[in-house]
Amino acid sequence: MATAAKGVVLLDFWVSPFGQRCRIALAEKGVEYEYKEENLWDKSPLLLKANPVHKKIPVLIHEGNPICESLLIVQYIDEVWSNNPLLPSDPYERAQARFWADFVDKKVSECWTRLWKVKGEAQEEARKDMIEDLKLLEGELGDKQYFGGETFGFVDVAFVPLSAWFYTFETCGNFSVEKECPKLVAWAKRCMERESVSKSLHDPHKVYEYVCQLKKKLGVD
Amino acid sequence: MAEEVKVFGHWTSPFSCRVGIALRLKGVPYEYIEEDLSNKSSLLLEYNPVHKKVPVLVHGGRPIAESLVVLEYIEETWRGNPMLPQDPHRRAMARFWTKFVDEKCMPIMWKSLWSEGEMQQKLMEETNENLSILERELDGKKFFGGNSIGLVDIAANFLSYWTEVLQEVAGISLFNVEKHPILFKWANEFMSSDAVKECLPPKDELLSHFQAMKEAMSATKARQN
Repeated sequence: MATAAKGVVLLDFWVSPFGQRCRIALAEKGVEYEYKEENLWDKSPLLLKANPVHKKIPVLIHEGNPICESLLIVQYIDEVWSNNPLLPSDPYERAQARFWADFVDKKVSECWTRLWKVKGEAQEEARKDMIEDLKLLEGELGDKQYFGGETFGFVDVAFVPLSAWFYTFETCGNFSVEKECPKLVAWAKRCMERESVSKSLHDPHKVYEYVCQLKKKLGVD
Repeated sequence: MAEEVKVFGHWTSPFSCRVGIALRLKGVPYEYIEEDLSNKSSLLLEYNPVHKKVPVLVHGGRPIAESLVVLEYIEETWRGNPMLPQDPHRRAMARFWTKFVDEKCMPIMWKSLWSEGEMQQKLMEETNENLSILERELDGKKFFGGNSIGLVDIAANFLSYWTEVLQEVAGISLFNVEKHPILFKWANEFMSSDAVKECLPPKDELLSHFQAMKEAMSATKARQN
């Protein structure tokens, strides 16, 4: 690997919520790293070597070793740098955190993939599913400050990057996150008070602009 | 820890089987409860209200759902016969391959077994690629976990057992000793280990179950055409 033997490198893409999870985790731990922006339409040889199976970002390279898949990267970061733990210490609580992070990926991200690509009845179904999934997450949050309870944790890291996409979800899906899930919106605002989050996330309108350009590029509309 | 362990599962489900394998590997006694998936019990719906699926592990009355989440819980709760290495990078790699098996290999293989024509061809090619990738990862090792069964091996249980039955039902050969000799050898090693043997459903019953499923699908299709 043509990078420093020690040190931390993150191969990423500016708007990627998966990459942002890693940025937030590294910031929470106070870990210095080199950020490398990838052009997803012209992937670097480094990325293709670091992630030959999926050829995707994010990839964390630590001491020459690549780690792929955002939630696995966050767990790795949590295990290597033990300050400010993101996962709780109790196995049952850890299982609940993993369950809900997995839910964000399996359900919310999956819904989003449908919502912006389809039209008509299929989009209506994606919208209903998205609202249902967001409400389930809101139910899990309840009246807690964070998904992690009093402390910002694994599920917060997993989900908060998608809060910058709420405006895009709403506009594509024709619904209001604030109306359907006010607690989630309040939670997102609280998270944005953390520097690790505010420095990693982009303005929701910028995200929407990006999706519009992507739709044009892919001929989806 | 002498708290009661229960597993809600279905005999045909490779996901349920994963949990059984892990508990047996760790020597943890448990009560297995067979669910009727066409008429789910109120207990299951109470324990897994989000997905309403099996398997669910209930330990001391507390439920955990999603088989891979359950496996990590088992690993952290019962420390003997570890399924994951200690080193953080090697752990991340084991989790990576587990995810690859669970989110890529299995679903694409499953789809290829139930589809037809051009779509099936495409999915079969993709499956072949995925199996080759897995084989390269295994090369030289007895199990994905090294000398003993690990998380990746358990996650790949579908490959070692269910695939054989489903290939027969579908009338195609996706996974065989000629195409993937190293992986095929792994499958035999895996299936002959004690923890796994005791968990596998009877092959002839599994075959009848999936054959009946295929017939029901064909009947539905015929009615629609």
